[in-house]
Amino acid sequence: MSVTAPDPTTADHAGDPVRGDADGRPSRPRVTGRVRPLPLAAGVGAVLVATVAGTALGPVDLPVDGVLRALIDGLPMVDLPSGLSDRDLAILWQLRLPRVALGLLVGAMLATAGAGYQGVFRNPLADPFLLGIAAGAGVGATLAIVHGPPPGLWIVDPLPLAAFAGALVGVAATYTLSRSVTGERSTVSLILAGVAVAAFFTAIQSYLQLRNIESIRQVYSWLFGRLATSGWSDVNLVLPYVAVSAAVLLAHRRLLDVIGVGDREATALGVDVNRVRVIVVVAASLGTAAAVAVGGLIGFVGIIVPHTVRLLAGWSYRTVLPLSMLFGAAFLALADLAARLLLAPAELPIGVVTAFLGAPFFIVVLRRRGAR
Amino acid sequence: MKGSSCGDRLAVERLFIPPDQEGPSMILVRQRRSAACFVEPGSAKSHIPGARPLLTALALVLTITACGGAQSSTSAAPTTPTPSVSSSPTATDDGAQFPVTVSAANDDVTVQERPEAVVSLSPTATEMLFAVGAGDQVAAVDEFSTHPSEAPTTDLSGFEPNVEAIAGYDPDLVVIADDGADLTGALAELDIPVLLAPAATTLDDTYEQIEQLGTVTGHADEADEVVEQMRDDIADITSNLPETDEPLTYFHELDDMYYTVTSDTFIGHVYETAGLTSIADEAGGDAGGYPQLSEEFIIDADPDLIFLADAQCCGQTAETVADRPGWDQIRAVREGAVVELDEDVASRWGPRIVEMLRTVGDAVAEHADG
Repeated sequence: MSVTAPDPTTADHAGDPVRGDADGRPSRPRVTGRVRPLPLAAGVGAVLVATVAGTALGPVDLPVDGVLRALIDGLPMVDLPSGLSDRDLAILWQLRLPRVALGLLVGAMLATAGAGYQGVFRNPLADPFLLGIAAGAGVGATLAIVHGPPPGLWIVDPLPLAAFAGALVGVAATYTLSRSVTGERSTVSLILAGVAVAAFFTAIQSYLQLRNIESIRQVYSWLFGRLATSGWSDVNLVLPYVAVSAAVLLAHRRLLDVIGVGDREATALGVDVNRVRVIVVVAASLGTAAAVAVGGLIGFVGIIVPHTVRLLAGWSYRTVLPLSMLFGAAFLALADLAARLLLAPAELPIGVVTAFLGAPFFIVVLRRRGAR
Repeated sequence: MKGSSCGDRLAVERLFIPPDQEGPSMILVRQRRSAACFVEPGSAKSHIPGARPLLTALALVLTITACGGAQSSTSAAPTTPTPSVSSSPTATDDGAQFPVTVSAANDDVTVQERPEAVVSLSPTATEMLFAVGAGDQVAAVDEFSTHPSEAPTTDLSGFEPNVEAIAGYDPDLVVIADDGADLTGALAELDIPVLLAPAATTLDDTYEQIEQLGTVTGHADEADEVVEQMRDDIADITSNLPETDEPLTYFHELDDMYYTVTSDTFIGHVYETAGLTSIADEAGGDAGGYPQLSEEFIIDADPDLIFLADAQCCGQTAETVADRPGWDQIRAVREGAVVELDEDVASRWGPRIVEMLRTVGDAVAEHADG
């Protein structure tokens, strides 16, 4: 699976017009291949904060000390009475914790996949939602909901697999279309192709739903994104896909840096560019499909998080991928906390929250960067 | 897919609240299955590919039968002015005198002659028309008008009304529940009267609409009898309710995403009649009476009764509810007080609402601790 490549001379992409900052300013080159301790600590800290906040807070007030005691009590070999009622314990263990875990997993996956797409397409705007991948996954998922055999006949849940197939078709269509139009991969043609493919898949999806009104509710439920809680089962469902996908993406992070230099240069360095591209796209699409299958269409994470990471810690994918994973997890877990709290006890769709939080956050980061 | 008259307008756009509202909110009401309303901040739609067409698709499924119609604001909207019947004096069913005029929600509607080809684009109105004995005057009803079984169901849409398709039935009266598409104006060109009977917000609205439909079809007396019977039945049911120490609480599940109703909705009033209080009352203000609750909150609120208005659409049963993580902590689940409703009965606020109340009353009688 792993592709060996000579250690690339770590190029400085700062002057690269495609890879420049969103505001056109060159970023400071980073010649270190390792994640620097400060951003890494910040990322781990963010995940911890999001986990603790997401567990301690919610529409139902649980005593914080009771929650902490219950969590410690949950550790093996420890017996510490939490003082929580059975109902509070059920809320904590069966609703709140799985939901936090799902937020962390889906967020980590969407952000890492977004960074992976941006790497292989050498395109800072690549995102599961702009490349037609999410729309393709949506059609796959809709087909599975509408025409799928009853659950129980399958060893694996067909929904993520169908979403995965749809995602691959979507990204392949986008890529082929953009290549055939311009003969090369330009930022604009790729995005335009993605928009066209997404529009086409969306039309298919609308048609499917019109023909199958009975199941429109299920489809609707993930339209705005919702970390639906079926306890731990969703977490268990998505975990293997995320683990495999994230491992493959992380293993290729150095090769993404090489590809970033340019196809010809990377080939000269002995990298099989197309092979890496296929592996990364398949892995990212698998992860995206699984995330979409359980969490619905949650936008913004795949663009906002990697870009913020780049602004904070440089352009090297050896840094961007692991940090995106951490910050993406924290971001979505906090967004879900907001979704639970803002209108409590009513809920807000998480897709709305990511849009609200993501866009201003991004602007603030950009401005602060520009002021320096 | 779209009617020729409104090919350039998406149904979804008609769902948006008038501009005086802060940000477009979407109110969708499910007509066929459950009368859910959603109020979502509109900003979610712009960046999600597929949202808009899907919403259009949803709009086809959902028709305004609750929330007082798509055009009302989400805040405590003033209810539609109470329509009054002003028909010709002493119209009898056999010798009903036409023309008659009723002041419906869309102003005065005048019918020149006894209508013989009524088109109903509202499942609730369809049930009312048949209940007052005007069934044989109904030429065509929309795709979701599935009750009674002899109703001439067609593929007409009440949500994306196709004027040509409607005119093709050569109607002398069209009944609608929502006029977002300005069907009234389009049919006025053809001199076809349109009666707007929007979603009722109180039982009195329901009675009023039954009377109106009776009057315009020449069945005023039968309509009176229907309403009288409904009032008697409801009084019977409520007078036989057991006394409870404190009001029982309920969770009315519109769908498996935990949308529900507050006491300040039509269906909430029905529960109120049976002496029940919604657990959503502290959450409903912002959502026009139809909030989506956090699962945590539902478990913590510990309702005495759970009513499933999503048994048919979403395959929810007492068993699936009991299997949900954490739900075994809820009193209603532990004591078997999870009631599956007929979605159509629960979402069409016409003559069959008495059946709904009876179901609720039976559940209260069975599970009251008195």
